Amino acid sequence: MLLYTLRRILYVTPVAIGVSIICFLLVHLAPGDPLTAVMPIDATAAQQAEMRQAYGFDRPLPIQYGIWLWKVLHGDLGNSIASGRPVLSEVSRAVGNSLILASVATLIGFTFGTFFGFVAGYFRDSPLDKAASALSVFGVSMPHYWLGIVLVIIFSAQLGWLPPTGAGPDGSGNWRPDTEHLRYIILPAITMSVIPMGIIARTVRALVADILSQEFVQALRAKGLGEWGVFKHVVTNAAPTALAVMGLQLGYLLGGSILIETVFAWPGTGFLLNAAIFQRDLPLLQGTILVLAMFFVMLNLLVDVLQTTLDPRIQRT
Amino acid sequence: MSAGREETHDGVAAVAADPRDRGGPGTPLLSVRGLIKHFGRKAGLLTKAGALVRAVDGVDFDVAKGETLGIVGESGCGKSTTARLIMQIITPDAGDILFDGEAVGSSALDLAAFREQVQMVFQDSYASLNPRLTVEDTVAFGPRVHGASRRAAVSRAHDLLHRVGLEPSRFAGRYPHEISGGQRQRVNIARGLALEPRLLILDEAVSALDKSVEAQVLNLLLDLKDEFGLTFIFISHDLNVVRFMSDRVMVMYLGKVAEVGPADAIFSAPRHPYTEALLASMPSMDPDHRTHEAPISGDPPNPINPPPGCRFHTRCKMVTALCAHAEPPLYDVGGGHLAACHMANPASGHPRLAAA
Amino acid sequence: MTAIADALIHAPTPKSRGYWASVAIRLSRDPVAMVALAVVLAIVLAAVFAPLIAPADPLKGSMIRRLRPIGFPGYPLGSDELGRDMLTRLIYGGRLSLFIGVTPVLCAFVIGSGIGIFAGYLGGWVNTMLMRVIDVFFAFPSVLLAIALSGALGAGILNSIVSLTIVFVPQIARVAESVTTQIRTRDYVEAARISGAGPITIVRVHVLGNVLGPIFVYSTSLISVSMILAAGLSFLGLGVKPPEPEWGLMLNTLRTAIYTQPMVAALPGVMIFLTSISFNLFSDGLRSAMEVRQ
Repeated sequence: MLLYTLRRILYVTPVAIGVSIICFLLVHLAPGDPLTAVMPIDATAAQQAEMRQAYGFDRPLPIQYGIWLWKVLHGDLGNSIASGRPVLSEVSRAVGNSLILASVATLIGFTFGTFFGFVAGYFRDSPLDKAASALSVFGVSMPHYWLGIVLVIIFSAQLGWLPPTGAGPDGSGNWRPDTEHLRYIILPAITMSVIPMGIIARTVRALVADILSQEFVQALRAKGLGEWGVFKHVVTNAAPTALAVMGLQLGYLLGGSILIETVFAWPGTGFLLNAAIFQRDLPLLQGTILVLAMFFVMLNLLVDVLQTTLDPRIQRT
Repeated sequence: MSAGREETHDGVAAVAADPRDRGGPGTPLLSVRGLIKHFGRKAGLLTKAGALVRAVDGVDFDVAKGETLGIVGESGCGKSTTARLIMQIITPDAGDILFDGEAVGSSALDLAAFREQVQMVFQDSYASLNPRLTVEDTVAFGPRVHGASRRAAVSRAHDLLHRVGLEPSRFAGRYPHEISGGQRQRVNIARGLALEPRLLILDEAVSALDKSVEAQVLNLLLDLKDEFGLTFIFISHDLNVVRFMSDRVMVMYLGKVAEVGPADAIFSAPRHPYTEALLASMPSMDPDHRTHEAPISGDPPNPINPPPGCRFHTRCKMVTALCAHAEPPLYDVGGGHLAACHMANPASGHPRLAAA
Repeated sequence: MTAIADALIHAPTPKSRGYWASVAIRLSRDPVAMVALAVVLAIVLAAVFAPLIAPADPLKGSMIRRLRPIGFPGYPLGSDELGRDMLTRLIYGGRLSLFIGVTPVLCAFVIGSGIGIFAGYLGGWVNTMLMRVIDVFFAFPSVLLAIALSGALGAGILNSIVSLTIVFVPQIARVAESVTTQIRTRDYVEAARISGAGPITIVRVHVLGNVLGPIFVYSTSLISVSMILAAGLSFLGLGVKPPEPEWGLMLNTLRTAIYTQPMVAALPGVMIFLTSISFNLFSDGLRSAMEVRQ
């Protein structure tokens, strides 16, 4: 098991390096001189020269990458142009909020998605199945940012039950799990949960239907195993894949949270990204994306190892 | 049962009279020496060496012009791999292949020229015919590749379809999913003949067919063999079919040749214990002499870790210490009949020989 | 051979219905897919013929008739925050939304199939190298990658198309490689090799016909995602710039109107949703119609 984990880490390392290369190149993709992309507009010539020196903008690209990577590994992701603060500290503050939101959304999506998917798969081709499948197609085709706006219209603008934006009564800041802050997370989490709900429902339905149709299940029934036994059996077989999908969805939500966070002004990494784009703050953009992408890579690795622990047949080379 | 093999003598002469013949009637059409193919991963960084599958581990045989060589064996014995090695679909790790006296891949006979003279008929499965091509397109593909015009290729395809018993006016425009298994196999055969080969390798060509259809296709093959002056290598796990079709039979076990010889000799007087057991395992047709016990004991072969010495010794009734140490070579017991068993070689020192 | 037999052998042969014809027939019997197709066609045609069917000028606003509700005389679907007719804007908006949504998938289909089939047919280390590079892109969630690329390149229609294409190429390439690898080992491909055909001929005659279908179906399933992402980019200000009508952008500019005219503010999203779900349902129907065979 340990060997397998080490092998996977080795396998993932080139991918992580590739990810860092892409993040590095983002700044160079931007039109114009990369130097001006990372400096405030009103920087003096002396400051520009200093920056050029520190980042090696006049050196060949691979060397620049090396310098940048060295700094990153030491926790230096540069400074935000807009705020002047180190990117890493801005991102660390925001990541917590995003994680909380993504986790709650994943939980909701997983719970309901599994339920719908299970029902659909168990009662295959029945009206229940068709209804559940329709719901999941809805979920997958839904532009979630629009759903957020609609929910705000209904529950906030019209009914006034829930706040439209923000993570807490004081506007921005961090979200805490207490009664005051609870109302703020409801709409964003529900909005965010719809797409993973659809995907998980689809996956679980396919899994359950597949397991039930396999011959050995019929053999189990023929031997007299009651429905509860069959049910437990289906769960144990479907669990590894279902959990893997859930883990991946968490990663997607974390990485793709920008749209929802923009709609709800949720102070997470997505909101940070939005600000970075709006202000052309490339160091912040680059740093945030790097952190989020790395998070996703690690999460994938974790899911991979976990899944193999639960079901050793799945081992990849 | 021997109806198919009456024409052998004429067959050899007919094949030798072929204008493409180079070596004369005495030269075997195909000659294989020391063929080896191992599959498996070698050890890498942090990875174990993948299990090495010794699919084909040193195989020698000849195929005379105009004859049918049957190759039999259980799953995993390497017969299909051997076929693909001959066709060079897979590259051998070692070994020489001579076609009509010339080495395949040499300047005298390059791969393209070899491929024009040797073709293969696959087992019928949905994967043997391209589902997107009509029957005539499938058969015409080979000639087209070799430069024939579309009209000439289709004309040839129609000819062949007619000869295999599929009327072109009805079948040429059909797709594989619109014809039956037996009909698909006829198309397979027509495709195999499209380039006018001299040697045809039939890999389990009738195994997937119902018995009645199988009989029709077998008779078709025999007719075509005479008509075109072909030489066959017929691979199958069905002993009855092999007996019907073959002049000579080769028995393979775990990647090596266990026994080879004239069909009659192999079937009535086998010299290798494995062949004996194989033949005995065919359930008896005679109610007065029923089969009572399973002839072979032990586990089926695993080509990953073959036993040392004679590969069959773990399941052999006549096993002794000698068998576990020394691998028996193919010994000639006369009349073109060879067996890889210490019992066949009077000089081997096998204890039971002294008693015989 | 007699003349009659000869004539019989070489008589012209009727061709059976091709594969795509049977798929189309099966598809036509699927009510959900047909309805979805009709909706898609309606939206596409409306967008194409926008100048002919739209009642007003999409860019002409009126300061005194801002944010009128649905059903207001002269404004069947209301008016937006600058007094422009919503119905017109929605019809015209389809042009850019569809264009930015579909074009990346088309480009990614071509590029991704090329890479995937190439890698899948050759196998070996070429395949491994290419797939590992693809894996790097898979390490980004799609939304993040699209935004990262758009954010770096800057706003604009072309930039959006480029970044979305880059997002979808790896996904299509992976499917293409997987399908090609399966087909590569089929007996009929081996038979083609034995016939002496070169790799290009084999790919053209035997591989393409069998892999493009599944790849195409997968690509159609990406259109709905692409439309949502494209509109999302405009929503964030990364795609189309005002005053051009585009559904995502409209959703953004109408946000302030959710308190005064919520129905009007929600309309652009309805169009995105409708288009997306129709593409999805049609794609599902297409997949079912193609699967029944083999």
